[in-house]
Amino acid sequence: MTELRHRGPQENEMQQQPDDKGSESEVRTDGEAASDSETKQDSGVPEIPPTADDTPEVLNKALSGLSSRWRNWWVRGILTLAMISFFFLIIYLGPIVLMMIVLCVQIKCFHEIIMIGYSVYHSYHLPWFRTLSWYFLLCVNYFFYGETVTDYFFTLVQREEPLRILSKYHRFISFAMYLTGFCMFVLSLVKKHYRLQFYMFGWTHVTLLIVVTQSHLIIHNLFEGMIWFIVPISCVICNDIMAYMFGFFFGRTPLIKLSPKKTWEGFIGGFFATVVFGLLLSYVMAGYRYFVCPVEFNNDSNRFTVDCEPSDLFQLHNYGLPAVLQSLTGWKTVRMYPFQIHSIALSAFASLMGPFGGFFASGFKRAFKIKDFANTIPGHGGIMDRFDCQYLMATFVNVYIASFIRGPNPSRVMQQLLALRLDQQLHIFNSLKAHLVDKGLLSAIEEAA
Amino acid sequence: MTELRKRGGGGGGGGGDPDSTENISDKETDGEDRIGLTGEGDRDSKPDTDTPEVPPPGERTPKCLNKALGGLSSRWKNWWIRGILTLTMITGFFLIISLGPFMLILVVMGIQIKCFQEIITIGYRVYHSYDLPWFRTLSWYFLICVNYFFYGETVADYFGALVQREEPLQFLVRYHRFISFALYLAGFCMFVLSLVKKHYRLQFYMFAWTHVTLLIVVTQSHLVIQNLFEGMIWFIVPISIVICNDIMAYLFGFFFGRTPLIKLSPKKTWEGFIGGFFSTVVFGYIFAYLLAQYKYFVCPVEYNSETNSFAVECDPSELFVMQEYTLPSVMQTVLRLKTMNLYPFQIHSIALSTFASLIGPFGGFFASGFKRAFKIKDFADTIPGHGGIVDRFDCQYLMATFVHVYITSFIRGPNPSKVLQQLLVLQPEQQLSIFNTLKYHLKERGMIPKAVEGQ
Repeated sequence: MTELRHRGPQENEMQQQPDDKGSESEVRTDGEAASDSETKQDSGVPEIPPTADDTPEVLNKALSGLSSRWRNWWVRGILTLAMISFFFLIIYLGPIVLMMIVLCVQIKCFHEIIMIGYSVYHSYHLPWFRTLSWYFLLCVNYFFYGETVTDYFFTLVQREEPLRILSKYHRFISFAMYLTGFCMFVLSLVKKHYRLQFYMFGWTHVTLLIVVTQSHLIIHNLFEGMIWFIVPISCVICNDIMAYMFGFFFGRTPLIKLSPKKTWEGFIGGFFATVVFGLLLSYVMAGYRYFVCPVEFNNDSNRFTVDCEPSDLFQLHNYGLPAVLQSLTGWKTVRMYPFQIHSIALSAFASLMGPFGGFFASGFKRAFKIKDFANTIPGHGGIMDRFDCQYLMATFVNVYIASFIRGPNPSRVMQQLLALRLDQQLHIFNSLKAHLVDKGLLSAIEEAA
Repeated sequence: MTELRKRGGGGGGGGGDPDSTENISDKETDGEDRIGLTGEGDRDSKPDTDTPEVPPPGERTPKCLNKALGGLSSRWKNWWIRGILTLTMITGFFLIISLGPFMLILVVMGIQIKCFQEIITIGYRVYHSYDLPWFRTLSWYFLICVNYFFYGETVADYFGALVQREEPLQFLVRYHRFISFALYLAGFCMFVLSLVKKHYRLQFYMFAWTHVTLLIVVTQSHLVIQNLFEGMIWFIVPISIVICNDIMAYLFGFFFGRTPLIKLSPKKTWEGFIGGFFSTVVFGYIFAYLLAQYKYFVCPVEYNSETNSFAVECDPSELFVMQEYTLPSVMQTVLRLKTMNLYPFQIHSIALSTFASLIGPFGGFFASGFKRAFKIKDFADTIPGHGGIVDRFDCQYLMATFVHVYITSFIRGPNPSKVLQQLLVLQPEQQLSIFNTLKYHLKERGMIPKAVEGQ
């Protein structure tokens, strides 16, 4: 414990930079203390054996000279830079590559969580279960992608006959597929393993709920404009790094018992640093059409394009500063994009609520006595470890956009309109006409037509 | 085992679902479950050591029934209790229907809350987690959040005019998703803050248990209410079909049952299954014919903003207008009729009956498996002789989702008032562009006179 307190002020548990050894010993100490008292409560679930070290040979050789603590720092640092460069590379490659990456990350996260379920419940050998888990993943993805594709690729879908039928009866087909999986589950119930099978069924569904829905919300955000994808993710990453740095240099008061290495100084410092970073990043990105325009599918060229007139959000405006800020900075007005104001809201959420996602994942790991979700990224753990704070963020951004930025998607509304009965369409047409005339958008001449 | 086979051959070997049919004797269900459990209990104890048996809830037959039936042997007593309760429930069902849509919505909500409570209580018992800090509060809080979210989506759709009138309602509707998300997040943060070192795993289990229960119970009940708004017939016919299938499958199994259907429920037989299928299709067909004549059942439920009440008044859509169908030649020779007059809805009722008979039982098997897994006889003891509310409604869940998906795929498209509402929220340029596209489209279809256009 002295060792822990000694490290406390210096190393706050943070996702990107830090000290593997520190977090290891912390988890082990807590784990041991917990496991004694917990064995009375949870005798049925044994400890999961720690996964083996996965650092590539080349890194091992290059860093063999250093002491193991610095070596860990270097491994984590190099991998961090590698991940960030990879992030920039895929942004450059365009929306379709981004969507595929999101899909892959989703599949890997699902796989990691399901593997933990198998380890916890010793249920590798349950009949059919692995097939069924992947089948449910496929069904839910089919359902969500079908809803997205139908919205955004409307013209393409109307052109191709098989696609049109698939989209018209989409819900029915998805439901039928899900039902098949459900019936297979019921038929696969084996007398000795009822409870395990129900546990795995529940585990699969909760995982799907968390992982798949969030990844689809991310893709919705992406279609709104790549800036709505990049800025939130960057804010969360920045918050992790900044909170760690502030904790490292100034950390003193622990934040929450669940993660003893987080401190209030790191939390608050991270908050302010992230807000500033968000403002700057949005300012830089809002100038480029590539980031700002909604992603659209061009029917003629059959590709994604990002070309448009930037909306009001991304045009520079003059804002008069409130008196407090005027005296501080000595300016009367400031030119900024309205989007930057929204970015303050996004950064605030990332700093204040994002960590709760991290605490949830920490609690989960403690509950099941695992150090990391998996061992995919050397020095960092699994994909889930990197993305645990992102999940709440994706949902928040989606809800934020839907509530404050835009209303429903026009092409989707049009599509729904055309699916109605003709008399209903006429009724809506008349209501809309009355509404538009009211607002003065339709001149009297047009009204008569 | 001999005892089981004897009962199987003689009295109860029926195709009737021991869990949801009204007439199976309790004793037989008990015996079968207990035998199944003791046999399995030894083998099961190795993998599932940490979940003890859940003590069965106490006997709850009302005193008056006990007195009245004191003379009979206990097997017949159980039959009578189940029979009386069945009749009571069916009468209650008809009474509620006559009281109108608003009462139906309240009853659906009441059932949803009771089902949620039953399943959560089982979770508490299984995990000994009565004393987890905050957890009961959090479960109910999540139930309220999810209900708020779903009811808000429904209310905004159907009560469009009312909402536009009241200012606070308008605010709530406009930012509905944000408010719901904020409420949910507050619960999530409370959960994280309530994690206690010794009980991490239990708390995560209960968190997941609550979410899966919400997913099952709350979403289905909202689909039921959406079906109801489509027209009460879409609510009544599916539920009646499932009940009929249970009863018919039991009766056919009782009289003709021989070949077991599935190891999970040894008392179901193929004869009961198939007999139940055919009789349910016939019942659905006749019942649909009876109900389709009344506007009260057939019209979509609408909220009249002037009278501030629900109204069911409309011109029946073509689904509920008698039409003449030419029979295929096979059936012509069989029935010696060239054409038949029937409502198109009756054809849909065949699809609904087929689903209820073929797939509905899987919902029952799922619930049986769940009860075996957690070694409980019934979900709760709410209804004497029948068990809990979930026991009665386990086959209904899949049915509600199916009816909803069926309606949206085959009967109607999206809800017109919802589309209009979305339209009104769009940007003006978007509204104009949609207006022009729609105008063009309607002119093409001849809905707007083209003569007027020439200006």
